[in-house]
Amino acid sequence: MHPVRKQRLYLVLFVVLFSSAAIGLVVYALSGNINLFFPPAEIAAGNAPVGQPIRVGGMVVDGSVQRSDNSLAVRFELTDYEATVPVVYEGILPDLFGEGQGAVASGVLNDEGVLQASEVLAKHDENYMPPEVADALEKSGYDEKGNAK
Amino acid sequence: MWSFFHKLGSPPWLYSISGVILRWLLPITLVALAVGLTWGLLFTVPDFRQGNSYRIIYIHVPAAVVALAGYYVMAIAGAINLIWKMKMADVAMKSAAPVGAALTFVALLTGAIWGKPTWGTWWVWDARITSMLILLFLYLGVIALYEAFDNKEAAGKACAVLCLVGMVNIPIIYKSVDWWYSLHQPASIKFTGDSSIDTSMLYPLLLTIAAFYALFTCCLLMNMRAELLQRGARTSWVKKLALAGKST
Repeated sequence: MHPVRKQRLYLVLFVVLFSSAAIGLVVYALSGNINLFFPPAEIAAGNAPVGQPIRVGGMVVDGSVQRSDNSLAVRFELTDYEATVPVVYEGILPDLFGEGQGAVASGVLNDEGVLQASEVLAKHDENYMPPEVADALEKSGYDEKGNAK
Repeated sequence: MWSFFHKLGSPPWLYSISGVILRWLLPITLVALAVGLTWGLLFTVPDFRQGNSYRIIYIHVPAAVVALAGYYVMAIAGAINLIWKMKMADVAMKSAAPVGAALTFVALLTGAIWGKPTWGTWWVWDARITSMLILLFLYLGVIALYEAFDNKEAAGKACAVLCLVGMVNIPIIYKSVDWWYSLHQPASIKFTGDSSIDTSMLYPLLLTIAAFYALFTCCLLMNMRAELLQRGARTSWVKKLALAGKST
């Protein structure tokens, strides 16, 4: 290769590597802030601020959803299978919200460790399948990855 | 072999070979798009949890995948222009930017439309969605920066550097759902191991992804041809084409 072109090639590689390293370090330093939500285990460990708006994400515990009879108030628990955070919320829940499904609640954690949520979002997972397949899996007692439930 | 690359540097040759490619690729692309979208949007089974709203995957995922790949095309063309001073690489870089921007916009828009019924919100500042928005701004930045220069050679150099620096965003977009807690779900199609999407839904998706790649190539070539004509407006080969009244 022509020496001048070779020099320009090295310059281009330097620009790419140097800018990648710089941006990589910035992203690494900001990692904690890039997370959209805290998992319940981090809250149990005391890493989440109390009295400030935060988001908590996890699976809705089976059988934990309690709806009020005369209002839109709802109480449920979010878990990452290490710790559990109780959530109270008043408002309309998204269609895909349900027990055993992922959800992200944003609100303020009070002194008792209960999240007073102002918004609840459903988190969808990466599994896509036809209803018949889901039914068959339900009957066989295995999940979509072949593990026994 | 090398003569092929040397010929790529010649505008009239590139113009005529891209015309031949387009004559075949464009009909194939349109048929693949029509078949893939009809199959995906009308004839696949609904998802067990999302029902019919998941069908937007057949537009959202291909647009997003090709928007990421298109950035690499643009950045590599920019690098070739910086190193070898190849004018045609500059044409390719400039022509790729609007196509990539359009695909990124489609991915963001369809994602928002799907997010409202599924997540319960149009927009959330999670890592995947925010980095995708940065990609849109990078594409728009390249377009704006190119137009900001009067000297086209300086414009090409500045844009190529912007493309190369912005390239770091692509792996960040791709891995964002694995590195951080985000609302966006991880990838369903996996290169290693089983995909977590049923094969009856996967095949039309793969077809639409291939069709979007072909669509990107067609749009890129058509943009490049328009740019070649514009740049060569005073040259004899363009005059000859114009006098002959032929489009290819």
